[in-house]
Amino acid sequence: MTTTPSQSGSQTAPGSPREMLETTLREIVPDASLDGVNGDADLRETFELDSLDFVELVERLGKRAGFRIEDDDADQLRTIDAATAFLSRGMRRIG
Amino acid sequence: MPSLGADMEQGVLIEWLVKVGDHVRRGDVVAVVETPKSTVEVECFETGTVTRLLAEEGQTVPVGEALALLGAATEVEATVAAPATVEATAAAPVTVPVAAGAGVAAGAPAPSGAASGSTARPPLSPVLRHLARELGVDPTTLHGTGRDGALTRHDVEQAAVAPTPATTSPHRPRVSPLARRLAAEEGVDLTSVQGTGPDGSVRAEDVRRATRHTGSGERAASAPTSRVEVKPEAAPEEPPPPPMSDMRRSIAALMTVSNQEIPHYHLSLTIDLWRSLQWMKERNRELEMSERLVPAALLLAATARAARAVPELNGHWIEGAFRPAADVDLGLILSLRSGGLLVPAIGGADRLSVDEMMARIKVLTRRARSGRLRGSDLVPPSITVSNLGDQGVDSVLGVIYPPQVALVGFGAVAERPWAVDGMLGVRPLVTITLAGDHRATDGATGSRLLKTIDRLLQAPEEL
Repeated sequence: MTTTPSQSGSQTAPGSPREMLETTLREIVPDASLDGVNGDADLRETFELDSLDFVELVERLGKRAGFRIEDDDADQLRTIDAATAFLSRGMRRIG
Repeated sequence: MPSLGADMEQGVLIEWLVKVGDHVRRGDVVAVVETPKSTVEVECFETGTVTRLLAEEGQTVPVGEALALLGAATEVEATVAAPATVEATAAAPVTVPVAAGAGVAAGAPAPSGAASGSTARPPLSPVLRHLARELGVDPTTLHGTGRDGALTRHDVEQAAVAPTPATTSPHRPRVSPLARRLAAEEGVDLTSVQGTGPDGSVRAEDVRRATRHTGSGERAASAPTSRVEVKPEAAPEEPPPPPMSDMRRSIAALMTVSNQEIPHYHLSLTIDLWRSLQWMKERNRELEMSERLVPAALLLAATARAARAVPELNGHWIEGAFRPAADVDLGLILSLRSGGLLVPAIGGADRLSVDEMMARIKVLTRRARSGRLRGSDLVPPSITVSNLGDQGVDSVLGVIYPPQVALVGFGAVAERPWAVDGMLGVRPLVTITLAGDHRATDGATGSRLLKTIDRLLQAPEEL
C-alpha cells in the first residue's frame, strides 16, 4: 500500500485529486476532513456514507474531475488512497 | 397551520418567505414551520396575492388556524392553512387532508415540484428566491449547477460569498436556522457572534458559545452539545435537526402506542435480486451519472406496486375498522446523521417508474437531512418501508407506524449461496419482511404482498 501517515496527514494541495475528494465529501458530509484519516481507511465506514451518499459522491466526483465514473469503478473509490489514485489516472487520461 | 404529522397539534412559524403583496401560486413554499420533529417548508395550496400575514415569526399556531390571508384577483380572501374544520388527532390522522400535501398526491410523477424537468431552466424555488434577496444576489445572473441547470442553494450562497470574504461582507452573515432560533431564544445579537462554519457562517455551537460567554445561556448550556461534538455538525446549507429529545420523545410515544395496540405478525421472504441488479447495471450504463440507480429504488418501486396489488395492507386502522387508502403514499424511514428518524412519504409511489422513484428518494433524503422537508413530503403514508440494508443487517422485524397496518423491511443485499434449477450458485439476495397488523389482515394476505414484490423484482424491466 502507498499509505504513510505523512501522506495522509499532509497538506492538501489546491486542485489536487485529494482536495477534489475532500471538497466533494464535504458537500455530502458537512465538516468532513481527510486530515488524520488513514489513507487505507474505508471511505464509507469512516464518513458513514450510505448507498445514496455514495452514488452522490461518485456523481459529484465524476462531474468535478471531468470524466464519467462507471458503477464498476466504485470499488476503486473504496479508500482515500485508492480514490485519489483513481482520480489522478482518470484526469491524466482525459488530459 | 397544516398538520405535518399524525401527532402534531401546533407548530411554530419560524419564518415567512413571502410578504404582503407577493403573488403566490399553489405549491409555492411560503413559510417555514417548526414541528417537534423537524423544520418544514410549508407550501401554499391556493393561488393569489398575500393580503395579510396573520401569524408572526416565532408564534406558535394550532393546527387548522389560518396563517395568512390571500386575495384572489377578485379580492376574495382565502386562508392559507388547513381548513378550520380539520382537526389533527392521533386517532384519526387519515381524515386530515393535509393541505400542504395535496400537491404531491395529485401532481404528476415528477421528482419534485421545484426540480421537475422541463427543457428550460426550472423556476427558482421560493426559498432560493428569498435567500437570493436576503444575500443580495441576482439569481438571473447565476449559473445553475442543479438538475436541468436549476439553481441550487449552493449556487446562490456561493455567489453571495464569492465577491468578498464573509467576515467583511456587508451582507448578513449566513446563519443556520437552529443558530437563528437559539439566538432569538437567548437574545443574542447575531452580528456579534463570530461564526466558525464554512466562510464564517454562524452555527448553533457559535451561538451557544456566545451565550456561555455572556452568562445568559442557562438554557443553552443544558442543550445537548454532545450531539454537535460527537457527530460532524451540519454546514449552514444543511442545518442540524431540532434537539434530539423532542424527536426521541415523539418516536417513543408512537412506537409505544404501536406495540401496545397493534397485534403484530411478522413474515419474511428471501428474494434473488440477480435479474434486478443485472437490469440495474445495464440501465446505469445508459443513465447520466446524476440519475444512476441504487437497488433501493427497485425495491421501493416493487413494494409500492405490490401495495396497490394487495390493497388490504395499504391504508389505516381507524376506530376499529380498516380504511383502505386511495393512493399508495409510501412512507420512507430515513435515519439522520445526528440520530433519530424522519418518515417523509412518496405520494402516488405506485405510479412512479424506477428512475422517478430514484429521483424522489434522493430529493427526500437531501431535504430530510438538511432539516428542510416540505409540507407535501409529510403527507400521512399509507404504508411504510424501513430500509436497513446499508446498516448491514439481514432483516428487519419492524414496528408498524399507527394507524397504518403494514411495514415492509429491507435487509442488506448480499451475495450468498442459492440453489437455482438444482444447481448451487452465488446470487445477490435480500430478505424482505412484513410486519402486519393482525386486526386488519392475516398472514395469507401478508404473504401475497411479499410474493408480489418477489415476482415484480424478477421482471424489473416492467417496473
